[in-house]
Amino acid sequence: MTFDKLPGRWLASLSGLISVLVAFSAQAEYELNMTQGVTPISQEIYNLHMIVFWICVVIGIGVFGAMGWSILYHRKSKGAQAANFHESTTIEIVWTVVPLLILIAIAIPATATLLNLENTDNADIEIQVTGIQWKWKYTYLDEGVTFVSSLAQESRDVMNSDPTGHENYLLDVDKPIVLPINKKIRFLFNSDDVIHAWWVPELAVKQDALPGFINDSWAIIEEPGVYRGQCAELCGKDHGFMPIVVHAVGEDEYAQWIAEKKAEAAEVAAMAAQEFSMQDLIAQGETVYQANCAACHGPTGAGIPGAFPAMTGSAIVTGPIDAHIDIVLNGKAGTAMAAYKGQLSDVDLAAVITFERNSLGNSVGDLVQPSAIKNAR
Amino acid sequence: MSTEITHGDVHEEHHDHGPDKGLMRWVTTTNHKDIGTLYLWLAFIMLLVGGAMAMVIRLELFQPGLQWVEPQFFNQMTTLHGLIMVFGAIMPAFVGLANWLVPIMIGAPDMALPRMNNWSFWILPFAFTMLASTLFMEGGGPAFGWTFYAPLSTTFAPDSTDFFIFAVHLMGISSVMGAINVIATILNMRAPGMTLMKMPLFVWTWLITAYLLIAVMPVLAGVVTMMLTDRHFGTSFFDAAGGGDPVLFQHVFWFFGHPEVYIMILPAFGIISAIVPTFARKPLFGYSSMVYASASIALLSFMVWAHHMYTVGMPVAGELYFMYATILISVPTGVKVFNWVATMWRGSMTFETPMLWALGFIIMFTIGGFSGLMLGVAPVDTQYHDTYFVVAHFHYVLVTGALFSIIAAFYYWVPKWTGHMYDERLGKIHFWWSTISVNLLFFPQHFVGLAGMPRRIPDYSLQFAEFNAISSIGGFAFGLAQVFFLYIVIKTIRGGVKATDKVWEGATGLEFEQLPSPPPYHSFTVAPQVK
Repeated sequence: MTFDKLPGRWLASLSGLISVLVAFSAQAEYELNMTQGVTPISQEIYNLHMIVFWICVVIGIGVFGAMGWSILYHRKSKGAQAANFHESTTIEIVWTVVPLLILIAIAIPATATLLNLENTDNADIEIQVTGIQWKWKYTYLDEGVTFVSSLAQESRDVMNSDPTGHENYLLDVDKPIVLPINKKIRFLFNSDDVIHAWWVPELAVKQDALPGFINDSWAIIEEPGVYRGQCAELCGKDHGFMPIVVHAVGEDEYAQWIAEKKAEAAEVAAMAAQEFSMQDLIAQGETVYQANCAACHGPTGAGIPGAFPAMTGSAIVTGPIDAHIDIVLNGKAGTAMAAYKGQLSDVDLAAVITFERNSLGNSVGDLVQPSAIKNAR
Repeated sequence: MSTEITHGDVHEEHHDHGPDKGLMRWVTTTNHKDIGTLYLWLAFIMLLVGGAMAMVIRLELFQPGLQWVEPQFFNQMTTLHGLIMVFGAIMPAFVGLANWLVPIMIGAPDMALPRMNNWSFWILPFAFTMLASTLFMEGGGPAFGWTFYAPLSTTFAPDSTDFFIFAVHLMGISSVMGAINVIATILNMRAPGMTLMKMPLFVWTWLITAYLLIAVMPVLAGVVTMMLTDRHFGTSFFDAAGGGDPVLFQHVFWFFGHPEVYIMILPAFGIISAIVPTFARKPLFGYSSMVYASASIALLSFMVWAHHMYTVGMPVAGELYFMYATILISVPTGVKVFNWVATMWRGSMTFETPMLWALGFIIMFTIGGFSGLMLGVAPVDTQYHDTYFVVAHFHYVLVTGALFSIIAAFYYWVPKWTGHMYDERLGKIHFWWSTISVNLLFFPQHFVGLAGMPRRIPDYSLQFAEFNAISSIGGFAFGLAQVFFLYIVIKTIRGGVKATDKVWEGATGLEFEQLPSPPPYHSFTVAPQVK
């Protein structure tokens, strides 16, 4: 292979790449680039991103252009004679100072955007977002509404076969978070276990959720719509499976949703006073188990040897019921076992404990009622 | 009189003996060339092992859905791929090159501390065996990413993490010993007349790298020890419930981790600064500014660590400082690229395989530098952080940067080492095959990252499917190209056209001008004079 053919090859592969890119961009332009988003900050960030990008393109054209010129014209096969210069104080000062000036030009708008991004004052609504392996808990601090949001069952069902054709695969949840438009919403982030990061690209909010500390961030959503995001910090086995779905709605619809959520909570509280049959508890418990426990302890209770203990034949599950209730409510310090008293209702807790004791290969034969959970809290 | 003759004979024998025969040559060797070869082979084996893990990753990501591996195993693959490539492939390859080249570049008979040299190599196979063995332990290997953030790597980690911790300790000990050796050799064993400002840039960049290693490897050892005591001895460095802070882990880790990035790229700068002048037939432009730029990059590398942590919730003043300091690094880095281009300008260039790899390095490392500048801008990093944009960035810097420079160095110096020319045609095929496939592999990752695909996920939503498929195909092709490279390496060692002593028309430096190809087992037993 002689070098004469090389520019042709470069061009051929480059044009191949470009045609692939054009083909994709025809399908969905936005997939090639960062979203402009729906908040003032996301727009600012997008603009900054494009400024820096174009600066890089211009510098790239200069550097690669000079390089390409040398490669084409200053080569031995064309009879080029090597010059012998090897320093020039002037030019070296120029190409130190000019980049410095360009950096200052980038730093000025970047500083303004960063200061804006970090200004969480004067929020209209405050929402606590808690990362839990592998779901998100949302608490509307002013309204007392709280719920846990996890990956939609439909995604779980097709994960091991073929997800093609399932719109929003891995980007759908059972309970989306509903937010009003045109209000300054302040998010407070923390975690129950490891570090997670709550990221919704259209809101340009990405903030780590830390165990034991609180971070904050904010957004004003300017357009109603459904915005999807994902956890952005490796948080263990199912890190790829804890999406976020935001429904941005008008003020009336938001108020209505809050009212519904409150009514739902009252209903759940009322149910806690009832007595349930073993059958009902086991049926309900299975759903709760698959959504909350199966990720570690396995869908059939086999666990993952060496990492997560099995439920089947477990000393705690088949032992005294008080110890079983205690570990589910309060977790086990120094291990991955989380405290579920903040995540699940009395009914769900009673159901899942009853399910574990009488299914998954266990048959202890006793059951626990929601009232007992309430007393144990 | 007879005493004198005997004396002379002993003297001769001492200097001319060849290597021992058989396997024990390699176990007991204190020869810098043998140890360099051992390091390079270890690095190649680790490249193939770490590469095989990358193939598992790309296979699982070829299509949406979970087809091949479980998420927990996927996480073990990403973790070990990163650790093996950083500590097993790139770093040992550079140490191997330093062993082979530093003594013959400065006119020294060997490294300053040859027995320690043997030890610092032989620790490594055990360290990596221990690390790889975790995959077969109950609960699996480390699955928390090569950055092993607490508390995922402490409270929530598998039992095998303790083996990981001790493997990291061993690698650290080996690196520090290697670095001490490089510094002792360069500062004490230069031939008469080889002043600091006459040293080849590879020697300079390695001297600076060695100081970085000595400064930060103990920090890494510190952070894994804190993990160990958190896991087993009741401390709470990284646990808020006991008064600690998980973010402390990240500060300590990245205080090691950011200089580590430059440990993996500074020697590459030295290699490129040797190859470009040779094939442009023109002296390196701005030698002294290259030296000062390398030193500035090294110094700045200690002051920018928290740009890996923009989303962790730092005070805004901290974020501003780290942003300014970070983007400042592009000034000395730019100087280097400009100098290489100016070296080519009005040269008389030819494009043998090492030059192709060096040119590929300059272009693609610069692309990685551009995305690095973008990532350094803190508010925009809100969108880039922990996405495939970051994955694309650091693979451009470490694969088409560090790895390409190592391959360039192989083609450039292998005729000197073995006395055989490599097959030029195969070398060029290797370059074009690698360059096209590596861009198919990593360039689309910029797009999926910008479009919102987080890193370290075993499965993704459907909008990312096309680019991931392209990326995987590029990945398989790039992986195969390095198996082809193995064939080229073996073929070159076994035979080939006899290399001249100078090897390249435009080559300069003691190793090309004053030593035969291949050099004798003990070279420069009498120090050369450097004018």
